[in-house]
Amino acid sequence: MAEKRIDEATGTQTMGHEWDGIEELDTPMPRWWLWTFYASIVFAVGYTVAYPAWPLIDRATGGTLGWSSRGDFEKEMAAEAKTRAPIMLALAATPIDRLPDNPELMHAAVEGGRAAFKVHCVQCHGSGAAGSKGYPNLNDDDWLWGGDIKSLQYTIEHGIRNPDHDQTRMSLMPAFGRDGILKPAQVDDLAAHVRVISGQEKPGAAARRGAALFAENCAVCHGADGKGLREFGAPNLTDPIWLYGGSREDIAATITTARYGVMPRWGEKLGPVTVKMLAAYVHSLGGGEALPALGALPVSDAPATPVADAAKPPLADAAKSDAQR
Amino acid sequence: MPNAEHIAPSLYEKRKAVYPKAVDGFYRRLKWAIMAVTLAIYYVTPWLRWDRGPYAPDQAVLVDLANRRFYMFAIEIWPHEFYYVAGLLVMAGIGLFLVTSAVGRAWCGYACPQTVWTDLYQHVERFIDGDRNAQFRLDKAPWGPAKIAKRLTKWGIWLLIAVATGGAWVFYFADAPTLLKDLLALDAAPVAYGSIAVLTATTFILGGFMREQVCVYMCPWPRIQTAMLDEKSLIVTYKDWRGEPRGHGLKKTQTATLAETGDCIDCLQCVSVCPTGIDIREGPQIGCITCALCIDACDKVMAQIGKPRGLIDYASAEDADRERAGAPARPVIRLLLRPRTIAYLLVWTGIGAAMLFALGTRTRLDISAQQDRNPLYVRLADGTIRNSFTVKVRNMEARPRAVEIGMDGLVGAVLWTGGARPAATRTLRIEVPADSVAKQRVFVGAGAAGAVREPFAFTVRALDAEGGRGRGDAQFERPEATP
Ligand code: SF4
Ligand code: SF4
Repeated sequence: MAEKRIDEATGTQTMGHEWDGIEELDTPMPRWWLWTFYASIVFAVGYTVAYPAWPLIDRATGGTLGWSSRGDFEKEMAAEAKTRAPIMLALAATPIDRLPDNPELMHAAVEGGRAAFKVHCVQCHGSGAAGSKGYPNLNDDDWLWGGDIKSLQYTIEHGIRNPDHDQTRMSLMPAFGRDGILKPAQVDDLAAHVRVISGQEKPGAAARRGAALFAENCAVCHGADGKGLREFGAPNLTDPIWLYGGSREDIAATITTARYGVMPRWGEKLGPVTVKMLAAYVHSLGGGEALPALGALPVSDAPATPVADAAKPPLADAAKSDAQR
Repeated sequence: MPNAEHIAPSLYEKRKAVYPKAVDGFYRRLKWAIMAVTLAIYYVTPWLRWDRGPYAPDQAVLVDLANRRFYMFAIEIWPHEFYYVAGLLVMAGIGLFLVTSAVGRAWCGYACPQTVWTDLYQHVERFIDGDRNAQFRLDKAPWGPAKIAKRLTKWGIWLLIAVATGGAWVFYFADAPTLLKDLLALDAAPVAYGSIAVLTATTFILGGFMREQVCVYMCPWPRIQTAMLDEKSLIVTYKDWRGEPRGHGLKKTQTATLAETGDCIDCLQCVSVCPTGIDIREGPQIGCITCALCIDACDKVMAQIGKPRGLIDYASAEDADRERAGAPARPVIRLLLRPRTIAYLLVWTGIGAAMLFALGTRTRLDISAQQDRNPLYVRLADGTIRNSFTVKVRNMEARPRAVEIGMDGLVGAVLWTGGARPAATRTLRIEVPADSVAKQRVFVGAGAAGAVREPFAFTVRALDAEGGRGRGDAQFERPEATP
């Protein structure tokens, strides 16, 4: 063990130990380092006083500044709501059939609807709105209750087959087989007919018998030609789109036990603006239909000044002119 | 312990102040010229104008970060064409290899900003404080009103140069006249002031105080360059075989006994002019930035004592050995043209030519399509299969253009953008604003019969007189089997 001594080359004291001639210098901490260290201790003490820090039994000390991450979140949400307020007000004031006149508002509605859809609708209709068995695909152009933006709004607002709501979309298909209205053989004949009118089978004797049964039992809702009736939400049976499957077995099962899909009435839960946005989004997916031309719409009082035109994204104009061509 | 430092060298060396002496001569004038040219390029470039029509900025050289464009005279570069910038950087790198292998650290000695600004600062210093000896005395003198006044003047001028340096930099990133007005009105973006502040600080500190330490300790370039030099590269060489033994310091009697003294009279002029404070007579060393000022200094001395110039001169290591062995000097041009430099030159011009060719033939209209993946396809009521795409049309011309989007392949398909499906439309007209990308969601419908994945292409054609086309590959997806 060597003595503590002053090292000649550096003028620094040694630690006083030595291994095989190697000694360690007792170089003092650089002053800037020490001061930084002391400053951070002071800062840390102040921090624990100002911010939530010390754990107690059921919570932590609150801090004198009263800061909390939840408070931050609420502030951000409030700020966001404030920036959105003008769009929301405009949406609330615009009747849905006038929405397409204002491409910017329409765009905002579609994007808002996209977000709301992800929260409320994907559980049944899927994240891409492509549906699955029993849950309609909203991308296609086959609509049970109507695919124009106003009908969509109505359907979303009032729901489908809500027994406790008078304005809901309502219809009931009888369970022809289960309730004994038709015998199992008759159900099979009927299924054969439906397969024929949807182009999946060649006509035969069973289908001919089924045609008579169809006229008697089904034409009221599905129409004599089987093309459906939107008033009752009765699907078109001649197209290749099957909500519950188009095979012989699936069709027979549908006739036997009947189908009645339900959808909640979202109007009460989400409010009119969100419903409008959802309708705009669903309409934009590609299958949206034009509003039925029930008499001429009133002359547009929307600002059609050149300024408004210039503000519109040029693509929207191009798309419109293309649609007109 | 002043002695201990020599016995046990410290890991950390305290900077030895350098007071380079003023010098005049061929290389000094060359350095003046290069300084004037490089500073002029740096300060003037952002103010040059270049007419690009109404939709693009008229600044000749502009790095428009906000709009993600890079303008350089007639060339406009989009972010996806960044390989041109990469190519320029590669060319700059190979250019440096070329210069270094031919004439050594010429970059360091003449063109490096650190050298140019340090040089500028040293001229200011000499102007205020006087030459080497006066500076030395002033440094040692106690602080008094005169010294304080001189220091403040010097630092003030340095600071002005530094602010002008940082200030010029930001003009490359925005319209220079507008930015200048905003800057003076205290109305410019904080990032502009921040950049100016940082560059002012670095210029002031690196040029005023750190100087040669940047070259010796901070800059990686000297280390890389020494690896690229070979025995045929020109470096500043003290011709020891001619200079030694030195005349000064030898007693007259000794001189008399020696058959002959060398040309070096040990006047230390070469050391006192050196901006990095080294003695080139100790041989090639990392501190030498080959500024050639010692050549000028020594040439003057040689003229005074009536000896031929070039005791210190540019020479390659190989030639130094030859001359030491008694062979005559060879012409410099032989060193410049040799396989290595020619190879660098070929690569350099090759890349340049390839870039020019690519620039000349690049298309200014472009289309790409991204397919909706959720859902991949939709079956429509009449059995048609529909796919959706987001099509992007890139108009790289500085004027709005009408273009026609079409499809190549996918026989019998139709194209539409929303609303009712048309019977047989395969094209779509859109307007693309000047110098931007237009996005358009399109639907493509085709029969259910066909391959599960059928390749086709979106095409775009400009409808103006100049024309121009582009295409982008895409796939049409169908369900695997019809139920
Ligand atoms: S300037 Fe020339 S003569 Fe004077 S010391 Fe340097 S090498 Fe020798
Ligand atoms: S040794 Fe000569 S060439 Fe090298 S840096 Fe000093 S003055 Fe310049």
